[in-house]
Parts: sequence; structure tokens; C-alpha cells
Amino acid sequence: MAHTHDDHAHGRDDHAHHGPDKGIMRWIKTTNHKDLGTLYLFFSFTMFFLGGIMSLIIRAELFHPGLQFVQPEFFNSMTTMHALLMIFGGVMPGFVGLANWMVPMMIGCSDLALPRVNNWGFWILPFAFAMMLSTLFMEGGGPAGGWTMYPPLMLQTGNAFPFLIFSIHLLGISSITGAINVVVTILNMRTPGMTLLKMPLFVWAWLITAYLLIAVMPVLAGAVTMLLTDKYFGTSFFSAAGGGDPVLFQHVFWFFGHPEVYILILPAFGVVSTIIPTFARKSLFGYDSMVYALASIGFLSFIVWAHHMFTVGMPLAGELFFMFATMLIAVPTGVKVFNWVATMWRGSLTFETPMLFALAFVILFTIGGFSGLMLAMTPVDFEYHDTYFVVAHFHYVLVPGAVFSIIAAIYYWIPKWTGRMYNERAGQWHFWLSAIFINLTFFPQHFAGLAGMQRRVPDYAVQFTDFNVASSIGAFGFFFAQFIFIFNILACCYGWFGRKQNAPARVWEGARGLEWTVSSPAPYHTFEDPPELPESELTAISGH
Amino acid sequence: MATHAAPNTERYFVPAPSAWPFVLTAALICLLAGVSSFLENDHVGPLPIYFGGALAIAVIFLWFRDVVHESEGGQYGAQVDRTYRWAMSWFIFSEVMFFGAFFGALFYARNLSVPWLAGEGTKMATNLFLWSGFEAGWPSNGPAHVGGAFETIPAFSVPLLNTILLLSSGATITMAHHALKAGKRLPTVLWMWATIGFGVAFLWFQAHEYIEAYTELNLTLHSGVYGSTFFMLTGFHGMHVTLGTIMLITITLRLMKGHFKPDSHFGFEGVAWYWHFVDVVWLGLFVVVYWL
Repeated sequence: MAHTHDDHAHGRDDHAHHGPDKGIMRWIKTTNHKDLGTLYLFFSFTMFFLGGIMSLIIRAELFHPGLQFVQPEFFNSMTTMHALLMIFGGVMPGFVGLANWMVPMMIGCSDLALPRVNNWGFWILPFAFAMMLSTLFMEGGGPAGGWTMYPPLMLQTGNAFPFLIFSIHLLGISSITGAINVVVTILNMRTPGMTLLKMPLFVWAWLITAYLLIAVMPVLAGAVTMLLTDKYFGTSFFSAAGGGDPVLFQHVFWFFGHPEVYILILPAFGVVSTIIPTFARKSLFGYDSMVYALASIGFLSFIVWAHHMFTVGMPLAGELFFMFATMLIAVPTGVKVFNWVATMWRGSLTFETPMLFALAFVILFTIGGFSGLMLAMTPVDFEYHDTYFVVAHFHYVLVPGAVFSIIAAIYYWIPKWTGRMYNERAGQWHFWLSAIFINLTFFPQHFAGLAGMQRRVPDYAVQFTDFNVASSIGAFGFFFAQFIFIFNILACCYGWFGRKQNAPARVWEGARGLEWTVSSPAPYHTFEDPPELPESELTAISGH
Repeated sequence: MATHAAPNTERYFVPAPSAWPFVLTAALICLLAGVSSFLENDHVGPLPIYFGGALAIAVIFLWFRDVVHESEGGQYGAQVDRTYRWAMSWFIFSEVMFFGAFFGALFYARNLSVPWLAGEGTKMATNLFLWSGFEAGWPSNGPAHVGGAFETIPAFSVPLLNTILLLSSGATITMAHHALKAGKRLPTVLWMWATIGFGVAFLWFQAHEYIEAYTELNLTLHSGVYGSTFFMLTGFHGMHVTLGTIMLITITLRLMKGHFKPDSHFGFEGVAWYWHFVDVVWLGLFVVVYWL
């Protein structure tokens, strides 16, 4: 059956002779989704590591009240760069790496729709981050006005300023090209018979994420362009003297920034919706409602941006609208959490490492969601705004949320990628250390924040000391626990400790989907022809 | 391979490995780092800007040449055609959102920030204590009269002419498309040159308008929030018209070389979509920037 395509025979010959290049040129020139997925994931690791070191500098300074290690200016540039690295360098490329690897395998195609553009999207990242990180060595230091770049403070940045702005433009190009690629792949490259409502939920989550990216990354580009012209070309967008308004920047920025928050978490929803059914050995509860919930969250994310700005002096009608719209998001999110729990109800559960991380995701992300609801209430937000309560909230949704889901996904799929099983015992150690230390890091920050400790300040009043000591110990513990993970994964990649390439095609007995029908490791171009769909794989995913 | 191919499907097209994306990124970094140093007066000189810019243009040319060769070589099937259609649509959507940011800034300045500075709503204290005596109005360069008194360009002069030029170019490119679909090569090329002519005329008048604004009306980028929004919106639009004109010239030269077929010419259609997008943005500009 695979030989009925004579009309494209010459195209096939081309590919047959084009195996991957050798050495470094393989990685520079590659158009293969698996190679690029690997590059994305290793890049994401690197950025997590650098951003993690920055967070350790922050936590070391906050271990004790008073100034011990760094100057306030450098402290602020650490908080700024930590955020930029973790968001644009860690979480987003991590999820794009997962999309690269898994979307073509899940929908049954050979590669993303635009492989060269995919290569471009990746290679922008190391260059752009090199440019961004180089600012730390410039006169005036790195950017220190916070990752949100609010004017007029941000306009006081030294030589670093244009380098920061242009690196953000480049990251925007990378995200938009990557997102267009994912959308087009999903809409156009599905194997016959895979209708939209039969797609695995990870694919659905990425489709909506990609749509959000295409819609808001250009807005961020516009916002930072206005910053640039305000600083160098005499425009008055954010200057009241000329009729503009610094708050305008906050509106434009958060019109990007709030959908961005969902860009960081929707793929995580997809991952968890994939992993829980596998280890509960049931199909996902409420597949259709999961899709509609994703779409609703995607839509609502566009009309809640100003809940980041309750204290800035908006008209009352604005405060009310954004408060209620924000609370509305709890409805589809609640649907998702309910469905994950209902999927496990009366399932035959086992607790391998990916499942542990997915379960921790459900519980800890929900805690982050609840503190989000508290922040959504305008009157009380006046109390919480810019305190460590906010820091605790978004780290709960980002670290045991987004980052845990990336870790879970890597444990879940690494046997498929490398053909080698990870070490389960090390995985369990990694999970329990991570789960304990991450709570030790961020749970006390709720209390510090409620008691009034300000974020982005290198010093604090002595009554916050105990909370901060706990937080700092947790941060160091979490950071070093990740080395278990790194070695576990590298051992799978390179066959250390005598690990054999003996993973079966269906690594997990409860796993369903096209990716489990091919060998482990999967072939270089998984499906060179659209594969026939085994009905059993799909009905198990979508339940219909 | 363990799986069977589904019947009646095309093979997927996968391009060969390519170094262009990597080199393009390197060129862009060279260009942007050069511009950054220039903005911060680091005395690096303009060389990185010229080198990076030239290299980027060269790489874009070479990359597109590869694509054109693949297309003319018959390697693209219906699926690749759909891929390009989807991708171009979403790219144009992202451009719409980019302009949206600046239209949003204009809306905010006119309807919110300037009235607030004049004390509207709950902002009375702002006006009394900070900008006493400032009254809202549009155009405005703010309570500090940043950039000094200026005049604006009336909508029903050169901007109206430019509207007519762009709308005409939309019509001529449609005529070209019909001629191409009918397989008439010469009329296609002639209509295309007419379209390019309208585009170039638009740019010429736009440049003329800018010169007049700077030399006679004292309307500059420094003219408060009016000058900011006016020049950023029309300037980015002008850049897109320039890019669109280059794209039009490219496909016209390809048409003259015999590229494209009556039933398969997405390269042409993609440029036409882009040109219509630029046209629609202009209509928005004409109404909210020049007219209202």
C-alpha cells in the first residue's frame, strides 16, 4: 500500500539520499521536527539553568534582611532577567520542543508544515538570548525595570535598552513563525480520518496556544516599538506632557501579557490530559468539554488583561468589568480540573514518575488558581498588589504548573524518543524532592505577601525573615534536585549506565495514540505517507 | 515502518536541510546589534548595519529562490499549496494585530488620555494640580505643547488622492489575476506593471506629504501624541507598501519569466492578499487618522 505513489517518486529519491548531515551542520541545517524538538528542549534546559542561577542569587540575597551579596540595581536586573529567561527561554521553547516532537507523531505526518521556517524559529532563540544576556556586561548594567518594562522607569535603562528591545522583537518573530507552523500543521497535515474532535488533547491545546501566540506577539512587538521610539525618536506615547499616558503601555503590554499567561499553561493542560488517562487506564472524561474549556479560556484570556492594573487608577467600570471577566475563567478551568479528577475516578491507577508530576500539577496548579481568584477581586487586590502574594501565585501556576508538566511530558515520552527507559527510582526521588522543595519555596511567600512584603526589593523588614529563610532553602533544594532529572534524561539520550535501547513501541500499557504505533525510538521521519488510523487508538483518546 | 499508508493520499513533502535560516538569523543579529550600538552612540560605526542588512536581503533572496525552484520543479502538491495558503493567512492576521497595537494607542490617546489630562471623569485633580488650564481637543500635542504648534494634513487633499491610487491598484491587480487565470500572459504583466505604478505613485506622494509636514506644517514625530500616532501609523503602513511593492515587482518579473500556471499560482495570490491587506489598513488610516 505504501507503494502507490509513483507520481512523487523523484521527491522520494531526494529524501532517501538526504539523511541527516554529520556533526554540527546537522543541527544548523536541520529541517527535521525531531532534531529541532531536541534542540528546543536542550535550549530550554540551558535557559532554565541560567534563570535558575539568577533565582538563586535572588534567594541568597533574600535569605537574610539587609544587603549581603549584591547591590539593589543588580538585584533588580536579576529579577528582570530571571523572568525573561524563564518565560521566553525556558517554558515557551520547552513547550515548542514538545510540540515539535509530538504534534507530527500524534496527527500522523512526517514533519511540521514549514520545516525551514521551523529551523529559523529555533535558531533565532540562541542568538536573541545571547544579545539579551550580553546586556548584563554593558555600561549601566542589564535591564532592571522588571520584565513588564513599564515606562517611565524602563526608559532609564542604560546601554542595554535597545539590545533588550530588539531581542524581544526577535523572540516575537520566533514565536509567531513557530505558532503559524503549528497551526498550519494541525489544520492541514492530519492523516485522513482524524477529524478535529478526534485529535489528542495535546494537539488541541497547542492549536489554541498557537492562535493566542499569533494574536498577541505582534502586540508586544508594537508595545516595545513604542518604548523604543519614546526613548530615541521623541515620540510621546507614554508621556503625559505630550498627551500620552504611561498607563497606555500597561494596557498594550497586558493585552499581550495575559494571553501570554495562558500560552504558558494551555500546553500544560494538554500534557496532563494526555498523561492522566494513560495511568488511570481509562479514556479522558469529558473530551468534548475539555476542548470547549480550552477554547473558552483562550477567548476569555483576551478580555481580562487589566486585572494586572487594578491599582493604576482605572475608571470604576473598568475595574468591575475586568474583575468579573477574570472570575469567569474559573468556570472552564474548573471544568478541566473536574474532568482530570473524574478521569481517575475508579481507574486502575499506577504512579510512575510522569503520573506523579501530572497529579502534583492538578493539585498545585489548583492552589495557584485559587490564589488567582483572590487576586481577581479588585478590592482585595489593592492589598495584594505587588506583594509576594502575587509572586507566590504566579510561581505556583508556573513551576508546579507549567514546569512540572514539561518534566512529566519528558519522562512520559523520553522512552519513545530515545528507545531507552528512564530510571524509575531516580524519577521518584526527583519527584518527591521537587514537590517538597517547591512548596517549601513558594508556600511561605503567600504569608509574607499577605503580611505586606513587597516584591522586587532586595531588603525587607525583619519580621519576614522566617518565611524568607524557608523560601531560600526550598529554592536551593529544588535547584539541586533537578540534577537527578538532568542525569536521568541524559542517560537515556546517550545510553549511560548501560541503558539499553529496548523500550517497546507502546511504552505504557494504557497509552493510546498514533505515536505508540511506531517503534521506539521513532523513525527519523515518522510517517512519510499518511498512515491508516487504527480506530481503537482514537476512540480511546476522544471517547467517541 | 510499522504502519500502513492510508489509501489515496499524497506523500508528504519535506524540504532538504538548509543553512539559510541560520545565516538569516546571524545577519539580523548583526543588523540589530549594529542599530542598538548606533542608538547608544557606541561608536561602532555603521558597518555592522550595512553588512547585516545586505546579508539578510541576500539570504532572503536565496531562500525564496530555493522555494521558487521547488515550486517550478513541480515538487509541491495540493497539500503544500494549502500549507502556504494557511500560513499566509495567519501571517497577515499577525500583521493586523501589529497595526492593532498602534490603532489602539491612537484610540486611547484621543478618547482617554487627552480627555483625562483635561480633567474628565474622576481625573479632575490631575488637571487642577498638574496641568491646570489644559483643555482636551484633537489634534493635541499634550498639555506641555510638546514640539510646538503644528498643523495637520487635510484628509481631502493628498490622502484622498492616495486612497484613490491604492483602491485603483487593488482593481488592477484583480484584473491581472483574471488575465492570469484566463492564460493571457501579456495582459497579466501589463496590469501588474500598472499596479506597481500605482504603488510607487502612492509612495511618492506619501514622501512628499512627509516633507511638507516636516518643512511647512511643523508636524513631526516630536509633535506630542498626535505626531507620534500619525507618523508611526502612516510610517509603518508606508513600510508595508514598500515591502508590498517589492513583492509585486518580484512576481511580475517571475510572470515575465513564464512562472505560474493559470490553475496554480499561489505565489501570485499570496502577494495579492498582502497587497489587499495593505490597502485595507490604509482605508482605516484614512478614516481615523486623516478624516475624523
